Formats: sequence, C-alpha cells, structure tokens
Amino acid sequence: MSPEVQIKGIREGLLVSVENGDWVEAEQSLLSELGRQKDFLKGAKLILDVDEHTINAASMGRLRDQMSEQGLSLWGVLSHSPLTERSAQAMGLATRIHHAEQEPEEEIEEEPSVVSVDANALLLRKTLRSGFNLTHAGHVAVIGDVNPGAQIIAGGNVVVWGRLRGLVHAGAEGDESAVVCAMDLAPTQLRIAGHIAIPPQERGEPRPEIAFVKNGEVVAEEWNIGAQAGTV
Amino acid sequence: MNMGRVITITSGKGGVGKTTATANISAALAALGKKVVCIDADIGLRNLDVVLGLENRIVYDLVDIVEGRCKLRQAMIRDKRLEELYLIPAAQTRDKSAVSPKDMKRICEELVKDFDFVVIDSPAGIERGFKNAIAPADEIIIVTNPEVSAVRDADRIIGIVEAEQKGPAKLVVNRINSELVSRGDMLAVADVLELLAVELIGIVPDDQAVLVSTNRGAPIALEAKSKTGQAFRDIAKRLIGEDVAFTSANGGGGIMGRLSKLIRSSGEKRA
Repeated sequence: MSPEVQIKGIREGLLVSVENGDWVEAEQSLLSELGRQKDFLKGAKLILDVDEHTINAASMGRLRDQMSEQGLSLWGVLSHSPLTERSAQAMGLATRIHHAEQEPEEEIEEEPSVVSVDANALLLRKTLRSGFNLTHAGHVAVIGDVNPGAQIIAGGNVVVWGRLRGLVHAGAEGDESAVVCAMDLAPTQLRIAGHIAIPPQERGEPRPEIAFVKNGEVVAEEWNIGAQAGTV
Repeated sequence: MNMGRVITITSGKGGVGKTTATANISAALAALGKKVVCIDADIGLRNLDVVLGLENRIVYDLVDIVEGRCKLRQAMIRDKRLEELYLIPAAQTRDKSAVSPKDMKRICEELVKDFDFVVIDSPAGIERGFKNAIAPADEIIIVTNPEVSAVRDADRIIGIVEAEQKGPAKLVVNRINSELVSRGDMLAVADVLELLAVELIGIVPDDQAVLVSTNRGAPIALEAKSKTGQAFRDIAKRLIGEDVAFTSANGGGGIMGRLSKLIRSSGEKRA
C-alpha cells in the first residue's frame, strides 16, 4: 500500500502530512495526491509535514520545482529530521509554525521572554546570501557572514560570528530584551521587537558590537570583553 | 571513458557579459585544442549566435532537438574559425517553457560523450530559463560587474547554486576599469571577493574593443594582442587546471597584494 497523504486546514494555510516510510514512495503518493487536488490547493500556503523523512537539499529543491510546475507554492516544511530542517532552511522555507498562533487559547501573558527561553536555538554554519530568509522562534547563531539581501527573523537573540550586512529582526514577537551582536555590525536594517534602526552608512574599522533597546531606542555599543562579561 | 565537463555561465543580473564570456571562454578553450560545444539557453532572446558570428547558419535550434524535429548533430553549427567549436543556438520564436531541466540534462548527457566542454549560456533571472541552464551543470561560473547591484544578484545566485548542491561556483569579474578603481570610484575585485567569498577564476578589463568584436561576431579571445582577449584565454587555462597568475595589468593597480591574500583565505574557508 502506498503511504498515506493527509491534507487539513490550519490557521497558517494547508497542512499536508506524509506518512513515515520510504521517501521515494512517499514523494510519489504526495505528488499524485497534490496533482489530484491541485485546483483546490492552488494559491494556498502549503506546509508540508514530513515527520521523520530525511530529505536532502537537492531533492527538496526538486520537490519544490515539481510543485511549482503544478502552480503550487511550498511555504514551509515541518520535520523531526535535523537534515530535512536544514535543507528547508537553506531554501528559505519556514520550519516552524508559531505555537502561540496555532493554539490561541494557551496565551502566555506574564512572561514575554518565554519564547527565547524554551524555544530551540538554531546554529547555522555558512554564509547567508542574498535571498536567504530565515524565521525562527528561538535564538539564531550564525558562524559566517550575513550578506545584504539576506534576512533573519528570530523570536530571541541573534548572534553573528562574522559580518552582519543583511536585515535582522531580534525579539520579533515583542521581546524588548533581545540583542543582536556581530563581529562587524553593519546591517541594512536592524529591528528589535517593535523598534527599527538604520545604521549609519559611514563606518570606521569593523569591530564587534552589540545592539539592544535602551530607553525606547536601538543602540549599538562596542563589545568590550572585560567590562561586559556577565551582563548578558 | 573520459567524460566532458558541463559548465554553466550565469549571473542573475542581465547585461553583465554572460554571453560575451560564454563566447570568449568557449573560443579560448577550443583554441587550446579542446572540443567545445556551447549552448544558448536563452530561448526567445537568443544572441550567442550573433556574438559568435554564426547567425546566418542556423537551420535547427535547441527547441527542435527537444521536440524531436532534428537530431542533436543537425542542430550543431561549426564555428568558422575553430575546427572544434560548435554552437547549439536557442529558438527565437518560443519561450523558456519549451525546454525543461530534464531535456537539458538529457542533451548534455549525450554531448559529454563527444566533447571536452559543454558551455551553457544562461539567461538572466532566476526563473525557468535559469533552472534549465543550471540543471545539467557540473560547474558554475558566475559573471559579475564591479557594481553593487550586480554583486547582490551574484550573491543570490551563488546561494541558489549552493542549495542545489552544484559545487562551489567560480567567479569572473567583468568590466574592471583600473582607473576608476584606483580613484576609489569603482568596487575593486577585492571588495567583490570579500562579499561573495568564492573562487576567482578571471578578471576582465573594461574594454571598448569587446563591443566592436561582439558586433563583428569575432570573439576577442582570438585576438592575440588584446589584453582583454588574454584575460579570457587565462580563464580557459585556469579551467583546464593551469596555474595562471593574476597580473596587475588586468586587476587594477595596487590591490593585487590584498587580492592574492583574499583568494588564499577564501580557498581556506572551503577546505
């Protein structure tokens, strides 16, 4: 029997779940199911739940292409496999649906910083290039550069061990205590919670800096190893 | 059996010199004695045939091959000057959807049996035509100009190429004007490399003679005295594994020390 494919509506769009098992078979039944329902699915935000399937970047790219040939747009991929998540993130697909949005009853009002405490941190070890788009509920750490045109939206803090030149939004769900730090902090635009800052164009020698919200404004300070240890 | 290499030349942004680079790198490879076929993947806006001066010889094109109206051999046009250089032209009357990435893979699998190099000229953009062009590629060469918008697009393309696991892209910086660079009015090669962090395979100077040669349909790479032609010949040599130094003549003044340092460090990053 071919693996089962289920489609159900959720807040964010349509969730398409694929049963575990052999990915080649699962992909086939997925594509034939999507083909059958394509008139219904066209224009919807499709989120694929592949559970335990391990999918590398190349086959995920193929899948997305095949879907787009049918006029379907893949918006996100949910998976328990770290490799699959990484492939999806590398292609700029969402890998998390915000829990709070999914179950609006369970609102956590008292602790706004809870997002950055219990959500996982994500470590990326590569150069994030123009067009790369990452949305993550927790912290994001990058070992590499974030180039202009790349975008990181994080519920928690963002740390870049490299040059930060793209757009970064830390504390995206309203956490004003979130910080952004980078070896060379020169983003196109920097946002923390509801605050937006456009850094000055003229800069001196690059130096490590940390940006945070102080008195309702985003400020950046040079990272001084001795003085700031233990404050964040 | 020794299989040929499929190299796709792309850029993201239009007008940076993809077609000129394709024509000249292909001609330079053929002049080195390699068997080369270039494919114009820009269906609907073909011009590689014009740049190579072969426009009036077209009978069949890429879409004719895909749709079975002719054999692969029939659509290949042999160059006037070089025995071992062939062109498969694009169709002018159709659009990108007439060819699929699968078709391109199938055609290239055939070609690599007979040729040392299959060089594909990609259309601008990141849509279907671009996907067709990179699908069969073993290697990707990114062409960019020393201007911020072209570099930004190149960066996006490199990201896509990486995600498709097409191996590390190689970079050609085209239209460097050493005078403007030394006055600080143009991005230097080092600035471009700093952002893109990929392997540099060529620096081509800004040269009006290129315009003349493309209009005449005679690749400048075949003009022995031209410095720009030399730059393309150097790229071809680097592609076949020769270690050719970047000379300051085509790099733009005093940046060469810094540049070689950068090339080395970007090499280390990949290791």
